[in-house]
Amino acid sequence: MTTELFTGAEMVVKALSALKVKYIFGYPGGSVLDLYDAIFQQSEIEHILVRHEQAATHMADGYTRSTGEVGVVLATSGPGATNCVTGIATAYMDSIPMVVLAGQVPTTLIGNDAFQETDIVGCTRPIIKHSFNCRDLAEIPNIIAKAFYIANTGRPGPVVVELPKDLLIPQNKAPFNIETIVKMRSYNPNIKGHPKQIRKAAKTISEAKKLVIYSGGGIVLADASALLTKLVETLKAPITNTLMGLGGISGLHDNFIGMLGMHGSLEANKTMANADVILALGARFDDRVTNNVERFCPNATIIHVDIDPTSISKTINAHIPVVGLVDIVIQQLLDELSETNYSPDEESLKDWWQQIHIWRDMSSVSYKQVEGEKIKPQRVIETMYRITNGEAYVASDVGQHQMFAAQYYPFAKPRQWINSGGAGTMGFGLPAAMGVKLAFPDKHVICITGDGSIQMNIQELSTCKQYNLPVVIITLNNRSLGMVRQWQDMVYGGRHSSSYMESLPDFTKVAEAYGHVGIKIDTLDELDSKLEEAFSIKNKLVFVDVLVDEKEHVYPMHIRQGGIDDMWISKGVKG
Amino acid sequence: MRHILAILLENEPGALSRIVGLFSQRAFNIESLTVAPTDDNSLSRVTIATIGDDKVLEQIIKQVNKLVDVIKISELADRKHVERELLLVKVTAMSDKSRTEVKRITDIFRGSVIDIGKQVYTIELTGSNDKLNAFIDTLNNETEIIESARSGCVGMARGEKALRV
Repeated sequence: MTTELFTGAEMVVKALSALKVKYIFGYPGGSVLDLYDAIFQQSEIEHILVRHEQAATHMADGYTRSTGEVGVVLATSGPGATNCVTGIATAYMDSIPMVVLAGQVPTTLIGNDAFQETDIVGCTRPIIKHSFNCRDLAEIPNIIAKAFYIANTGRPGPVVVELPKDLLIPQNKAPFNIETIVKMRSYNPNIKGHPKQIRKAAKTISEAKKLVIYSGGGIVLADASALLTKLVETLKAPITNTLMGLGGISGLHDNFIGMLGMHGSLEANKTMANADVILALGARFDDRVTNNVERFCPNATIIHVDIDPTSISKTINAHIPVVGLVDIVIQQLLDELSETNYSPDEESLKDWWQQIHIWRDMSSVSYKQVEGEKIKPQRVIETMYRITNGEAYVASDVGQHQMFAAQYYPFAKPRQWINSGGAGTMGFGLPAAMGVKLAFPDKHVICITGDGSIQMNIQELSTCKQYNLPVVIITLNNRSLGMVRQWQDMVYGGRHSSSYMESLPDFTKVAEAYGHVGIKIDTLDELDSKLEEAFSIKNKLVFVDVLVDEKEHVYPMHIRQGGIDDMWISKGVKG
Repeated sequence: MRHILAILLENEPGALSRIVGLFSQRAFNIESLTVAPTDDNSLSRVTIATIGDDKVLEQIIKQVNKLVDVIKISELADRKHVERELLLVKVTAMSDKSRTEVKRITDIFRGSVIDIGKQVYTIELTGSNDKLNAFIDTLNNETEIIESARSGCVGMARGEKALRV
């Protein structure tokens, strides 16, 4: 019997098929031409050709955030691979699983400064969960299987696989062996919370008088939304979400008190500051949440549940650390509470909610739109919420528009809100929206962006045309880098250093040049009708350029170096 | 406070660079670092001497443990352990007097002269970090040190406790 032999390129494709990959997002080049040839000769996996490798990573990322399936990126060696760096860092900061296949010059040339040679494993070392240098053809399938396993288990993250050209060429062949169930002696992520810690946590929760649940992106990643909702309803406690955690519980749920942190609601931050017990679930006490760590919630006992032990007590000391998958830990908590016949202390709950309602009644997340004046950006978000019944996928770029979307579009479901929270990558929005649209062609997919961010990956309008990805791009156009400008207004004496976007293009014409529809909105009275028109066009990409008030700031906002609840709630007004 | 970390990791290309990279990325301090394969050739053992308070140490241990190639990590300095470091030092030994004195100091520290040249002695000494420092100070008072090389420390827990797969 003869064993069938395969080239490295064929093995990559076969391995990806075995792992049920549907799409590869990439861009060809010299060192991966054999791989592209292998992709050409099969039909199971579709390759999506972007216009810049950074967009391939964000598109894979958006696909993953909306579906939960690992995104796959393919780039050539050298500049192709280095163009992926920002996208890899973006995925890393938000714990998004991703496998990046990067070409490399032949092994005989590695280290010679060969044409298009870059040490991509070296370049990406601080921003990946793990990486592999392939040096033996026969190992390729199992390396790819390991890459997927590592990317998608424990705290998820990006994995880079470097593929030298001589391992892919037709002259070299080997048998194909793959073990899709991976076992590694050095990598066994903890899954269940320690029973002793669960008991401690449950006891602390049952004794709390002012409990708050603070949940983050971990809930979304672990698909723990239903369990979280059950926990909230069992405890009858208030819950706040981080920017990454929005949709983890419905934004319309009675117990939801809004986003917390730098641009969170006053009630969320006040509730945190006054809580006696904080139950942190899949959140990591990011500096955009805590404000000054020295002054962070001084009276609270902190229970911190996270899959990654390094996140626990990194910035804020946890009194009760629980390492484990958040969905499993929530179930353990629910079981423990039920075994100990837990019932909430109605009296203290009543007092606590009464206090929260007082903060809520201050309506910190609000704005004033005067008829006949420039459109307020918040109004645009509210209008798009109404038209889409709150059911759209919203992929955001980075800046003021991102915060307005987070504040004014309450997400009912997890994975609806797609944004670069940790890295804050401008240029993320459009390619991420494209990845979502690819996965959900029948849903409304919005890219909410600004005149600065959209220009960081605007070339992808061409990819949208090629693959028919009719996302709705809504640009809150304020002719300036709004968030930079806001800080310059507040902190730098109004000196707008390089925060103007002079010589902006006519975005509607740009969209039309790429074969799409462009709609411009510059007065309030046409906002509703033109946005409705934009969402009624189903089979074409619509680029909506909305001219908004450039003077509008995002409020509430943390007062720098203050406690979590020290906030500006409007210009010059402290909350 | 000084800590000694013993790390067992896969003997894979790039594994060491991940550890070194992590220390610089997270602004952790490395006082010394040694690495070599263990009796099981598929494993490497790294020993890092570092300085930091308890909070920093906790982060270092967790962050190192998080690296996919790392199998185990253990802090040695906090409990009973043995540690050794190797020093090679080349000193000027020209006159009879200075040769005798250098030899005498070496004997006292239980080192050995392992090479001689026309005007130099090369000395080998093993011991704790402290002992090596004391030896160098003493030599410095007697003669001129031409060059020195230290291995960085390696260590193990005392008794039955072991770092193994």
